[in-house]
Amino acid sequence: MPGISREEVAHLAKLARLELKDEELDHFAGQLDDIIGAVAAVSEVADDADVPPTSHPLPLTNVMRPDEVRESLTPQQALSGAPAQEQQRFKVPQILGEE
Amino acid sequence: MTVTELVSYDEALASYDPVMGLEVHVELGTRTKMFCGCSTELGAEANSQVCPTCLGLPGALPVVNKAGVESAIRIGLALNCRIADWCRFARKNYFYPDMPKNFQTSQYDEPIAFDGYLDVQLEDGEVFRVEIERAHMEEDTGKSTHVGGATGRIHGASHSLLDYNRAGIPLIEIVTKPIVGAGERAPEVAKAYVAELRELIKALGVSEARMEMGQMRCDVNLSLRPRGTEKFGTRSETKNVNSLRSVERAARFEIQRHAAVLSSGGTIIQETRHFHEDDGSTTSGRVKEEAEDYRYFPEPDLVPVAPSREWVEELRGTLPELPRVRRMRLREEWGISEHEMQSVLNAGAVDPIVATVDAGAPADQARKWWMGELARRANEDGVELTALPITPEQVARICALVAEGSLNDKLARQTIEGVLAGEGGPDEVVEKRGLKIVSDEGALGTAVDEAIAGNPDIAEKVRGGKIQAAGALVGAVMKATRGQADAARAREMILEKLGVEG
Repeated sequence: MPGISREEVAHLAKLARLELKDEELDHFAGQLDDIIGAVAAVSEVADDADVPPTSHPLPLTNVMRPDEVRESLTPQQALSGAPAQEQQRFKVPQILGEE
Repeated sequence: MTVTELVSYDEALASYDPVMGLEVHVELGTRTKMFCGCSTELGAEANSQVCPTCLGLPGALPVVNKAGVESAIRIGLALNCRIADWCRFARKNYFYPDMPKNFQTSQYDEPIAFDGYLDVQLEDGEVFRVEIERAHMEEDTGKSTHVGGATGRIHGASHSLLDYNRAGIPLIEIVTKPIVGAGERAPEVAKAYVAELRELIKALGVSEARMEMGQMRCDVNLSLRPRGTEKFGTRSETKNVNSLRSVERAARFEIQRHAAVLSSGGTIIQETRHFHEDDGSTTSGRVKEEAEDYRYFPEPDLVPVAPSREWVEELRGTLPELPRVRRMRLREEWGISEHEMQSVLNAGAVDPIVATVDAGAPADQARKWWMGELARRANEDGVELTALPITPEQVARICALVAEGSLNDKLARQTIEGVLAGEGGPDEVVEKRGLKIVSDEGALGTAVDEAIAGNPDIAEKVRGGKIQAAGALVGAVMKATRGQADAARAREMILEKLGVEG
């Protein structure tokens, strides 16, 4: 049974606003399925053993910083990588279409 | 789009039972953002409080603000929640330019606080317990300005402009369990809950919780089920309801709208709705994405937060007296009824009165001025009581001047007027306007003599024993002194001169 279907890949692509051609969907669905299969194999090994799932490679907790202001970028620096700007703000294309 | 005829509120409640869920976002008053050291100061120029972390630039790493975690724990404790001994942040993925990272750092299935409650008091004194599902940490989004459409709306805009100063400011989202059993009082419970929560947040000192400034925002989730049934109906989510009055109106409107749709055989769509301040209605927003669509996963760039029990207990020790307990204490100290206390609360006068009492005024006097003259002025000017240009110390001084007999109520009102007009402190206003009461025996004696001479008939009645007629003579003295006489002393002198016993 595949780990991820072609439809699911199409759905994810839509959520990520990626336009994928039919052959790309086939291609990525196959690749992602392989990746998920590999991860599933790891889960299987860890399944009965008492290996807790981890989201971080280091056994650290409570890394916090004091509530002290640090210098920010200047607006010019912040906007220096923006493809477009207006009124010292990031300019982005139309968010909602005509629907 | 179809316009639904609303059914009347009573009719809706006759057939259906409302179930509510309230989600409140509180913007914390920390100096810096949740995951970086950028300032949270309001009013800065656009994109001047941003850095690689809150702009989501490649390679930038977030670090949690300790004050943000502390505030979250204190809010949780004040809401009678359990505090997680280990929890993580999660990425909430969505595609919208208000977050440059394309995800919001939030918490998903491991909130820092959960399973609590908040008791809220309704207008008639009834206490309703609202169960708290969870309170979790997350971050605010940037501010969008939509250009090219009508009145700044996103619909029809040609493009949008983003200011990321707000992106990353710490938010605590507080979610209730489904509120059932409120029946027809559901809208009132919603309002009372948000009001109580706001008081609590302010008392904790973690945020000013000013709704008009967006520091506290409420989403009202509501569904109806036929009376006598258990299963919840489909809910709508009315977003960004940003005043106490609006919370009540939004709940009421949705009850009527749902009832109309359901009783005409229709179905409620699970969707986001926008609230309109002008007429209290809601309109359809986007159809809600499935929860799975956010593709939450544990945030790999942050390590877990594991508050030690010692730290939690230490923070519990910093909790202030809770607002409802404080109100009950004050009500007893001031010796007033539930109803009077409610009026004081509604007028936003609790803190000013407390401060005035602290500055030496008797509680009844402090309450009299804040709830009378000052509340009237605040109302006329459309501002909060605390925004009036008079301090509790100044009000206390006026109370003292009245108590020592230097001012009567009328003169005190004129003094307040002067202070509000920026003429200076109470003593200065009294001096400049010449408001001091006339109690000097000579001047008062002359006024009394004139009043008696000018009203021989009345004077005769008083001599004949009709003591209550002396009031008219006191009135004449007050008129002659333009209200500045000491009325009690004037009365004494009148009776004395006419040879009758008071």
